[in-house]
Amino acid sequence: MFLSYLKIAWKVLMRRKFFTFINLFGVSFTLMILLVVMAMFDHVVGPNTPAKRVNRMLFVNIIRHQRVDNHGWMNMPASIHFVDDYVRKMKTPEKVGITTAVSNATAFTKSKLLALDMAYTDGNFWQLMDFDFLGGRAFTGAEVQQAQHVCVLNEATARDYFGTTDVVGRTIEIDLKRYRVAGVVRNVSAAHVYAYADVWVPYTLSAQYFKDNRIEGEFMVVLLAPSVAAVPAVREEYRQLMRRVEIPNPKEVKALFSYADPITESFSRALLNHQDQTLDDDNIEAFYLIVSGLALLFMLLPALNLVNLNMTRILERSGEIGVRKAFGAAGSDLVSQFLVENVVLALVGGLLGLGLAAGALALVNEAHPIAYAHFELSWGVFAWGMLLTLVFGLMSGVYPAWKMSRLNPVAALRGGGEQK
Amino acid sequence: MTSAPPVLRLTNIEKIYQTKTIETVALNSVNLTVNRGEFVSIMGPSGCGKSTLLSLMGLLDEPTSGTIEVDGRAVTSYSDKELAGLRNLKIGFVFQSYHLINDLSVVDNVELPLLYRRGMGSKERRQRAIAALDKVGLSARTGHFPSQLSGGQRQRVAIARALAGGPEIILADEPTGNLDSVMGEEIIELLLELNREQGVTIVMVTHDLQQALKTQRVVRFFDGSQVG
Repeated sequence: MFLSYLKIAWKVLMRRKFFTFINLFGVSFTLMILLVVMAMFDHVVGPNTPAKRVNRMLFVNIIRHQRVDNHGWMNMPASIHFVDDYVRKMKTPEKVGITTAVSNATAFTKSKLLALDMAYTDGNFWQLMDFDFLGGRAFTGAEVQQAQHVCVLNEATARDYFGTTDVVGRTIEIDLKRYRVAGVVRNVSAAHVYAYADVWVPYTLSAQYFKDNRIEGEFMVVLLAPSVAAVPAVREEYRQLMRRVEIPNPKEVKALFSYADPITESFSRALLNHQDQTLDDDNIEAFYLIVSGLALLFMLLPALNLVNLNMTRILERSGEIGVRKAFGAAGSDLVSQFLVENVVLALVGGLLGLGLAAGALALVNEAHPIAYAHFELSWGVFAWGMLLTLVFGLMSGVYPAWKMSRLNPVAALRGGGEQK
Repeated sequence: MTSAPPVLRLTNIEKIYQTKTIETVALNSVNLTVNRGEFVSIMGPSGCGKSTLLSLMGLLDEPTSGTIEVDGRAVTSYSDKELAGLRNLKIGFVFQSYHLINDLSVVDNVELPLLYRRGMGSKERRQRAIAALDKVGLSARTGHFPSQLSGGQRQRVAIARALAGGPEIILADEPTGNLDSVMGEEIIELLLELNREQGVTIVMVTHDLQQALKTQRVVRFFDGSQVG
């Protein structure tokens, strides 16, 4: 029976070429947009180099200071005092690493000025992240403690400055300071905010590196849980830790709030939390709800268009429906048949959409909107795409199929669309 | 010894079509019994309720009042699914305008009733469809499409489709209405042969008295009532 449905589905598609084109265009274009967005999302939050173990990582972006007398909020990254005295004493993480947001730096070659993005990190950072080293190694914890002038360069900077990536042991001058190159890594996408830079140097060389008792500083913390299952425990320990943090300036700051979040939650908290919100809700459910809602809404318009086209198609096929009913098709048989037809159409559209999305991503990659970002369709995105296609096929097929199954067979055989 | 129940029995059937303003009585107090192996013709002027009667006999529509029995069982309380199953097992239809599916080949069209037969494999379906086509003399046309056939051949395919499921009764609604006299005659002869040699029960709506007189019984209708 399924084969017969497929045969009919294919014949119907071929018979009404314009209708099929409109259908396929609607499905494939919508899916192309969704897949491109999903590929970009996957690029940012997925287990990609160097954050291959991202599902074991928790990120601390900021510490929120609630000021006294309703003087508002101050959001700042953590100080080294906070990291040393609190975070590094945590029991549950396998590793604690720190890094900074990139800052501007400048290097000169004989012929040009290089505008570089520089990040300050510790030794653990290199053990948390899985960079692809083209040569050399990361700087070590000991080198960081000794504030040695060492650095790791990305491939592009090595080429721009030295003309080659084989530069381990050579010296680069950045912002009038000289650094020995310890290693060279493959370029990291600027979309990976926790890992991206052109140059990485020990945090002990940062001009912002003060050893006082301030909580606010410039460091983002990355915690690596020993396993995926242990992530909630690490998160909880950080939550408990925040309750013990001593406020150094209680006359100015009433309370401190900070959370260790998985990557997606770190975005959802930043995007959806209101300024006056002190609840430790990461809003991840709301985030997924909004994202799913937007995706559904985006699919709804072409789906409604398809519903409309399908309804016309049903009236044109009323004779066939009447015959099928006369010869023993129950309403459920007709619903199945029409859904199969529509899902087949949607799957063809989905495959076209995947092709279009691959093409669109190639164009995006060509345009380099984000430094070193290379968006691609992973198997995960492909699977999501197929799932979306299925949802799309069902969304646009269920109502017409139900209407079809309700056609009065006598009226249908006369070519009318009277409902039972 | 009890005799087998009639294939179809209609008792006090009334069918009224109601709109907001008009009430139309299509059938009024119809009592009709069709016995196994019979070939019954239903005659009457246009609009007298012949086709409505055939729809009710074919369980495609419900009477406003009265009882329909198939093989001695009243179907009044049957669900949509049960009625569909009963149609599939017991009834074959032949329509005036053939109602073949143009996108399907001849053999696929004939297989259609068997698609809804639970548990029947594709091989058996194909064998039965070819056997039905053989009975109507079209076994050489299995791969053709309806558009490649003449009117008479299309109606033969439609008869093969009605036969494929091995129904107890075939309901034919003006099966020669769209055919010229020669082809019409061929179709009537085919139906007579099926009835005579294979014992298929047939109820046929027709305008043609000559054709009707060849059948075993003629039932006449006028203005929704049985008049003879």
